[in-house]
Amino acid sequence: MILPLLIIVPLLTAFLITFIGGKKDTAAVILTLFAVTILLCMSLYSFIITGAQTQTYQMSAWAIPYGISLVLDPLSGFMMVMIAIISFTSALFSIQYIRHLQQDWKYYALFMLLLTGMNGVVMTGDIFNLFVFMEIALFAAFGLVAFGGKAEEYEAAFKYAVMGSVSSTIILFGIAVIYSATSSLTMSVIAQRLPLLDQKMVLWVGGLFMAGFGLKTAAMPFHAWLPDAHSSAPAPISSMLSGVLIKALGVYVLIRFFFNVLGAPRLFLTLFLVLGSISILVGVFLAIGQWDMKRLLAYHSISQIGYILLGLGLASPLAIFGAVFHMFNHALFKSLLFYNAGSVELALGTRNLKHLGNLSRILPVTSGTSMIASLSISGIPPFNGFFSKLVIIIAAIKTGHPVYALVAVVGSLLTLASFMKVQRYGFHGEKIIEKTVNKVGWSMNLAMICLAVLCLVTSALIIPGIREAIMDPVVNVITQKSQYLHVVMGR
Amino acid sequence: MTIYLMCFILFLVGFYGVITKRDLVKIILSLAIMGYSTNLFLIIFAYRTGAHYPILEKGTSVTAMVDPLPQALVLTSIVIELGITALLVALAVRLYGKYKTFDITKIRRLLG
Repeated sequence: MILPLLIIVPLLTAFLITFIGGKKDTAAVILTLFAVTILLCMSLYSFIITGAQTQTYQMSAWAIPYGISLVLDPLSGFMMVMIAIISFTSALFSIQYIRHLQQDWKYYALFMLLLTGMNGVVMTGDIFNLFVFMEIALFAAFGLVAFGGKAEEYEAAFKYAVMGSVSSTIILFGIAVIYSATSSLTMSVIAQRLPLLDQKMVLWVGGLFMAGFGLKTAAMPFHAWLPDAHSSAPAPISSMLSGVLIKALGVYVLIRFFFNVLGAPRLFLTLFLVLGSISILVGVFLAIGQWDMKRLLAYHSISQIGYILLGLGLASPLAIFGAVFHMFNHALFKSLLFYNAGSVELALGTRNLKHLGNLSRILPVTSGTSMIASLSISGIPPFNGFFSKLVIIIAAIKTGHPVYALVAVVGSLLTLASFMKVQRYGFHGEKIIEKTVNKVGWSMNLAMICLAVLCLVTSALIIPGIREAIMDPVVNVITQKSQYLHVVMGR
Repeated sequence: MTIYLMCFILFLVGFYGVITKRDLVKIILSLAIMGYSTNLFLIIFAYRTGAHYPILEKGTSVTAMVDPLPQALVLTSIVIELGITALLVALAVRLYGKYKTFDITKIRRLLG
């Protein structure tokens, strides 16, 4: 069975690293690269062999109402592939970047724990187990945000940890309410029993989970921690946090819980729409004013998460296809942009856009890939961001929400404006910079090129034949709400 | 019903503390209070008046039992809270080392 291995491999690697870690980080680097490569192969393999099926695994062979089950359906497999791709490039990027910070193996141990937590969250079928894996991922994330050891980093980590633990407490409260109502923690059993109960219970549970996971997703009223945490972390971790953590812990759980367990109540879909469109506009407005490159990117994460929530709130199959597609695309281009910011910071010692200039001569790979990523996030064809945004906008018009379509278009234009600023000041400015503080090595360049190529290649997911084969099983999991419980229960 | 209400009030006390207090240590304590109230909530809905403890001994026929699962959940959640509190205190100590203050309003080197 491949399911438990996807959790065991990163967890085991984390512990092995702490055992063998000495002064040098060479062993830790080799182990980490080995583990992320294995994870990438395993998750791709499991996504392909799963197809439209669902695999379940009962821990300690306890049957479903009693034990904890792991569930691998197309949506989980899709998330797993996304996590594996970003963590692979992130590990590649880390090699030089973390040596430059003169840190040791502890980074890699925390990195693998972060991966364990995320893989666990997307695979578990038990709601308390989800909480535990979420805490594992968050602990690692708090440690990694504070990793650089500067005052700002401790400050950001403290804010993040306070916000994270408030939201975790709210989620635990929600779990307690669910358990007291349904006497079960297995998601499929909850999905089965909840419709038979008083519908006020759905409101209570939905409200608590919306607040808790909304904080983790950083949708607009809950966004305050995100720009600090994501901009203070080391660059490869910013890309993990912005690229996959807010999706695995936030958006994925919202999808799984509100669509598959609660059956997509109308009220919460409207809430998704409203929060999504507010996030799109306010996030992008706040981003335009920033001069710190990573902070600008962090505000854009809020705005792009808005698109995903908007797509989910529209809830037609086309819109959900757009949301899932955009989630994948955002992971790719936002991680790439954070790598670009990281390599600029490494090479020049600053990431303030006012101090940058024409970098196309000294950092050709960085400025080239940042152009691709900027075009991609602003929605310029033929890059992937264009297609996913287009699908969401078409879906909004088709379902009769022209106002939301307008919001999405305006948000996209403002995104273009703010990335023109990045390109104009950061990479193609007048001031020609000749010398660098550090050289950007091959591993960092390789990570950036990988993602830049993927930004172009994933556009192919829109082509009809490929879309049916890869994306439709994922979308079907979300749109056929009650199917989840029948599949997991084995009926 | 009253006991649930009081438990919820405890939760709100913690929440109020997190939002309004300026001292890092008081914020950490408020978070702990929020956590305790949630644990208490888990325990009190598992309690059944006049019920037996959930161990089946020889020769006894048990009718009503206290639900043991939330107690296991609370144990897990206490361990998690211990971890988070330790992490927060460590961060607070480091922050004091950098800023020489515990006042959250003076710890703002990050731009808004």
